[in-house]
Parts: sequence; C-alpha cells; structure tokens
Amino acid sequence: MLEQNLAALPIILPLIAAPLAIILGRTMPIWILATLVSGCASIISLQLLDTVLTTGVISYAVGGWQAPWGIELRIDTANAFVLVAVTAISTLVLLFSKDSIVKEIDCSKHALFYTAHLLCLAGLSGILITGDAFNLFVFLEISSLATYTLVSLARDKRCLTAAFRYLVMGTIGATFILIGVGLLYMKTGTLNMLDLATRIDLYDSSRTINTGLAFIIVGVSIKLALFPLHMWLPPAYTHAPSAVTAFLASTATKVAVYVMVRFIFTIFGASYVFHSMGMETILMLFAIIAIFKCSYTAAMQKNVKSTLAYSSVAQIGYMVLGISLVNVTGLMSGLLHIFNHALMKGALFMAVGAVFYRLGSADISAFKGLGKRMPLTMAAFTLAGLSIIGVPLTVGFISKWYLVTAALEQSHWFIAAAVLGGSLLAVVYIGRILEAAYFQEPDEANVAKISEAPLSMLIPMWILVIANIYFGIDTSFTTEAAQHAAELLFQNGQVMEVKP
Amino acid sequence: MIEWIDLILLGMLALTALRVIFLKDLFAVVMLFGIYSFLSALVFIVLDAVDVAFTEAAVGAGISTVLMLGTLALTGRTEKENTHSKLLPILVVSVTGAALIYGTLDMPPFGNPDNPIHQHVAPRYIEDSPKEVGLPNMVTSVLASYRGFDTLGETVVVFSAAIGVLALLGIRREEDNNTPESGFKEHRVLQIVAKITIPLVILFALYVQFHGDFGPGGGFQAGVIAAAAFILYGLVFGLAKSMAVISPMFLRYMAASGVLLYAGVGLFSMMQGGNFLDYNLLASDPVAGQHYGILIIELGVGITVFAVMLTIFYAFASQTERSNIQ
Repeated sequence: MLEQNLAALPIILPLIAAPLAIILGRTMPIWILATLVSGCASIISLQLLDTVLTTGVISYAVGGWQAPWGIELRIDTANAFVLVAVTAISTLVLLFSKDSIVKEIDCSKHALFYTAHLLCLAGLSGILITGDAFNLFVFLEISSLATYTLVSLARDKRCLTAAFRYLVMGTIGATFILIGVGLLYMKTGTLNMLDLATRIDLYDSSRTINTGLAFIIVGVSIKLALFPLHMWLPPAYTHAPSAVTAFLASTATKVAVYVMVRFIFTIFGASYVFHSMGMETILMLFAIIAIFKCSYTAAMQKNVKSTLAYSSVAQIGYMVLGISLVNVTGLMSGLLHIFNHALMKGALFMAVGAVFYRLGSADISAFKGLGKRMPLTMAAFTLAGLSIIGVPLTVGFISKWYLVTAALEQSHWFIAAAVLGGSLLAVVYIGRILEAAYFQEPDEANVAKISEAPLSMLIPMWILVIANIYFGIDTSFTTEAAQHAAELLFQNGQVMEVKP
Repeated sequence: MIEWIDLILLGMLALTALRVIFLKDLFAVVMLFGIYSFLSALVFIVLDAVDVAFTEAAVGAGISTVLMLGTLALTGRTEKENTHSKLLPILVVSVTGAALIYGTLDMPPFGNPDNPIHQHVAPRYIEDSPKEVGLPNMVTSVLASYRGFDTLGETVVVFSAAIGVLALLGIRREEDNNTPESGFKEHRVLQIVAKITIPLVILFALYVQFHGDFGPGGGFQAGVIAAAAFILYGLVFGLAKSMAVISPMFLRYMAASGVLLYAGVGLFSMMQGGNFLDYNLLASDPVAGQHYGILIIELGVGITVFAVMLTIFYAFASQTERSNIQ
C-alpha cells in the first residue's frame, strides 16, 4: 500500500497532519507530529529521487482516473530533486523553531505556527509533484495563504504591513497564473501538463497562447521575486520570525523558480518560449540587474535579515540567469543553485535567528564582538557566508562554476564577468557583518546577556553548514541529479518510461 | 434576444465596477460588490453554468458581503485619501487590460461546439460519467471524483484561511457584566422574523448539501448557507448567545474534522489497495463506491466551509466587541 502510493505521500502526510494538529491543540505534541511528518516526507523524497534516477519517471493517477481526465502526479528528476531540498529544510527548520519561536512568536500562537508550517509544506510539495496545471494553482493557493500567515506571526508589529504587502502582490501573481492557465485551457481543452505540451504545439503562434505565456511568466516572476517585481520580499523576510524566514527563503521562492522552469520547458517548450518569443533576453536583462542592484542594496542595509533578503533576490537572479542561457549546463546550474542556495540561506537565516534569540535584535550593531561570544553560531554564519560568495570547497562555488561554464559555452563573456562582479558585491555585504562580529568590541549593554545559542538551534544550523561543505567537495550527487533533470527538461517532457 | 440579455448584464457589470473605483464610501462599495456578484451569477446562468452561478450567489454575494461588512465595522466606512501617484497603477491596469483583449483576438469562436474545450476532455465526462460515476449532475462528478484532488485542495485553502484569521485576530471575549450586549434586543420584529427564517435556511442548506448529486449544489454552497443562518442568529441575538450554541473551540474541531473526513476517504481507498481518493474501492460495486465517496467528501467540504465561515465571523465580531469596550 505504501510502496504504490509513495508519490502522493509527501503531499498527503502534511495535509492530514495540519488538521490533526488543530485537534491535538497542545504545542508540544504538535511539534512532535510536525517534525515526524516532515522527517518522513524527506525520507520518502529521497526514496523518490532514487527511484526516478534509476527507473525513470513516476506517474500516479489520483482517484484512479487516468490523465488527462483525472489529476496526475508526475515525478521526474527535476521535481524530486527540489522536493528533497524542500522537505529536508522543512525538517531542520522545525527542529530549529522549537526554541527560536519562543522569543519571536506569542506563546498562544505556537500551535497555529506549526499548523501553518505543515500547510505550507503540503502546498509546496503539491506544487512540485503535481502534473496538472490547475492543480498546481490550488496548491499554490494553499502554500501562499499559509505563508502570509507565517509572516504575520511575529511579535514585531511591522510584520503585519509586510505580510499584507506580500498578500496583495502574491494574490496578483496567483491571479495572473490562473488567467494564463485559463487561456491555455480555452485553446487546448486540457489541464494536464504533458497533454498541454503536445496540444500547444498545434497552436504555436496564436495570440491566446502568447498572452497566456505572458501572464504566466509575469505571475510566476512575482512569486519568485524577480527584479523589479521583488518589492514584497525584503520587508516580508525582514520582519517575519527567523524560523519562518529560514524556511521561506530556502523553499518558497525556489519552488516558484521550479514552476517557471516547468512552464517554460515542459509545457510551452523551450523552442517556443525562447526562439519564437525571445523571452531569454528579457529574463537575462532582469536577472543581471537583480544581481547588481540587489547585491548593492544588500550592502547598504542596517539589518542583517534585510541584507540577506536582498541577497536572496540577487541569488534568484543567478537562477533565472542560468535558465535564460538556454543550454543544458545553464539550466543545470539554475537547478543546482535552487538546491545549494537552500543550504546556504537556511544556514545563514538560522544563524541570524540564533543571534536574535540571544540579543533580541538582528541589526549589524548587535553582531559586534559576537565572534568571541557566540563562536559556533558565527563560525556557521562565516562558512555559509563564504558559500554565498562562492568560495571554492563550498556549494556556492559549484553552482557559480557551472553558471560561468554555461555562459562561456554560449560565448557570453559579459555574463561570466557579471557573475564574478556579483560575487565581489557579496564579499562586501557578507564582509561587513563578519567585520562587526570579529573585529569590533560589543556594546557594554549587551555583554551580560550574550552566550552561545542552545544546541537545538546549533544542530540544524550546523547540519546545513556541513552540507554546504560536503556538497561543495563531493559534488557527484547534486550535479548528477541536476544534470539529469536538465537533460530531461530539454527533451521537452518526452516520456522516458512510465511506471503504472 | 439572448445577445441583448448578455449585453445588458455585461454593461451593468462594467458600470458597477467603474462605480466601485470612484466611490469613497466603503459601505456603498461593499453593497456594489454584492451587486457585482449577483450580476456575474446571472451571466453564469445565461451561460448554463448553474452550479457556478449558485456558488457565486452564495459565496460572492452572500457570505463575502457579510464578512466585508464585518471588516468595515472594525475599520470605519470611508476610504482614506490616497497620496500615492496613480500613474503606475493606471499603467499596469491598462497594460493588463490590453493584454487580455489581445489574448481574446484568437479566441475560439464563443459557444462553438467544435471548440477544444468541448472536444478534448469533456466528451468523456459527458458520455462515460453516468456509467462510471453514476450521477445525473456531471459537474459534481467532475469536481468531486475526476478532479476530487483539486476539491480537497480547495477545502484545505478554506481551512488555511481559518488558520490565518485565528492567528491574526483570534477569538477572545472579555466575560464580565460590563460587556455591552451585542445584537438587537429592542427589535422584537427582527427577532421574530429571524426565528422564523433560521430553521428554513438551515433546512435549505441541508437540501443543498445532499442534492448536489442531482442538481446544482454541494458542500461549498451548503456550508456557506448554513453559516449564514448562524451569522444571522449572532447578529440579531448577540455574540454571547451565538457562542453558547456553537463554541469557537467546537468550530475549530469541526473545521479540522471536515478536512480529515475528506482525506480519510482517500486514506481508506489507499488501504483497500487503490490510489488516493479512488472511490471505486469503497464498496463492492464501483458505482455505489463512487456514490458513497462523493456523499462523504461533500459532507467533509460542507462541515469545513461552515465551520470556517462561522469562525471568521466570530473573530471579526469579537474584535469589534473588544474595540467597542475600549
């Protein structure tokens, strides 16, 4: 029974755990339930990734109805790879949040926090696994609503405006995606992704399909915070509770990047989007502006969370840049960076969360002298920071390496230069924080209350840091999966082997 | 003739939308939103989409209006002067509108039976669903069985909304003798009319709930209608009495159990050796299994929607009560 339904479990488990959590009611059992469910989901995702790498695509007919009449769940290497990252980060963040949220979220809301986290996880898994364009929208709604709730939970009242802004922008994005899917349905009469892919070819140059593409790309760009549609992201990440920021920064926008990849490569087909519509120039332009503009803004911020938030927008620029190069290596670097960036930003935001836990502030001034007072936390921050910069032996280096290789394959010298320039800016914004931590004396008022963060926060943080280095040295697992995924996507969703 | 009805309805829709943009009085705006929903429901009826029309009337014109009025009670009824430049919004809206119009230029001819939406997936629903699912109302067959996973998702969306409202507002009442009674104690006529109406509304909700297999209706509409009956009770007789009938805590359990009931059907079919939500395995006869499955999941939807709508009303109303005390 489990074997056969493995593909559906990463969605179903958190989906059922969320209402169960409301019935349990007490915080502690809910935390145990949420962590267990998330842990199970990550083990299952690993198993699924293993299956798709060895035996090929998994197709699962929900309700026993075959596609395109029913809803199909479809797992190939691309979504299994991202799913592993999302579920693993979710589990680590849940371990981390047990202590972290005590300081940042009102006690009466802890149960709701875990429930919303589970709903968000269910939504994200659903977006990843589903093979149906409308079903994707439904799960997008679940994850979005849960995300707005999560952002609004902080004690800091500024999170409310940030969450509201996020809600307005996110809703516009979702509506655009829905309009796009509607236009495609009008023209093709189907919602299944593979079926859409074959039938869109019949109507390649029609205005309705073109408009559908435009709406979907703009909608997804809002969701993944592509410059200049990123304005909702920095306030949301800055004012949300640290555990929430760690989770969202490493999963929510990454899943949106996956959605963009899925729509471009599987549904519309790369040749239509890039050769007929010339989408790559627009994407490339905005991606490069995002890298420079937002890295620069990141260096100007007083608040470390805000610095890292702008850095996220810049990092998303790298992913979109990889996609816009229209070759296997470029797409591979984009997918690789989804995974790698989750490792880095998860660790960084956890470190900031640990500082917040001890000092009640995430301003750069609070980081003064922390190198001595919280050595483990700051060491984690430093290593993950090096990874963001792209220093060799970290994962950041690997994804940038492939990105530069892809750019050179296309003889785009200026893009290779832009990637290196972006890394230099990352040296500045990460360097400022490290300088404060290691070379400045702490403020007198803070000295008394500084001690190392509790183990419950250090362990998940360091697991991510070690992953940053491990996958930076032994790259076979991540690069093979990303390479395989990119090759499959370029075959335009052709069916390799279908398992019943 | 039918073109004239279309034109008049669409013209009225456009007029309502324009009026909403220029009005500053939010109370009037909420009323116009209700009118807008009713007009859309009429358009859906002209298009023969009675199920959608029913949902639009119950959700868009009914419960949304009540909830927006609840919000106005908290925020005040006039719009604040907007100091932002209006140029960018106008540009964005115009570009979006132009893109939509451009997209319709190649649209398949409206109402043509040869259109892709009528030719590709739909024929199987029309020809085989009476045999496979066995319901006279094909819309219910599609949404509850063929695409039942979407409907589970939508139910979870509604559930998530409740989690959001509980996290932001919560339901708290300060119980002491100084709390002014809400409701209309002096209005005997209102109270009597409400007392007569409420049982009928609840009866109608039950009818809609269980009639979804045969005609327009189902869990979403029924849940909303039943919630409307209890909201009416709360408005007329006061929040305290309404909470005595159904407590906020009980509603939480209800909202959760509706989702669990729905997902439970899926788990059960998995235990019978099938895929998630495969109703064929619920009974020895597949068509009977489909019947049971749809009946139970619609009940799950109804329970969750009812509980969530009432929870949101409680949250807004108790917040208003608190701000009145201060």
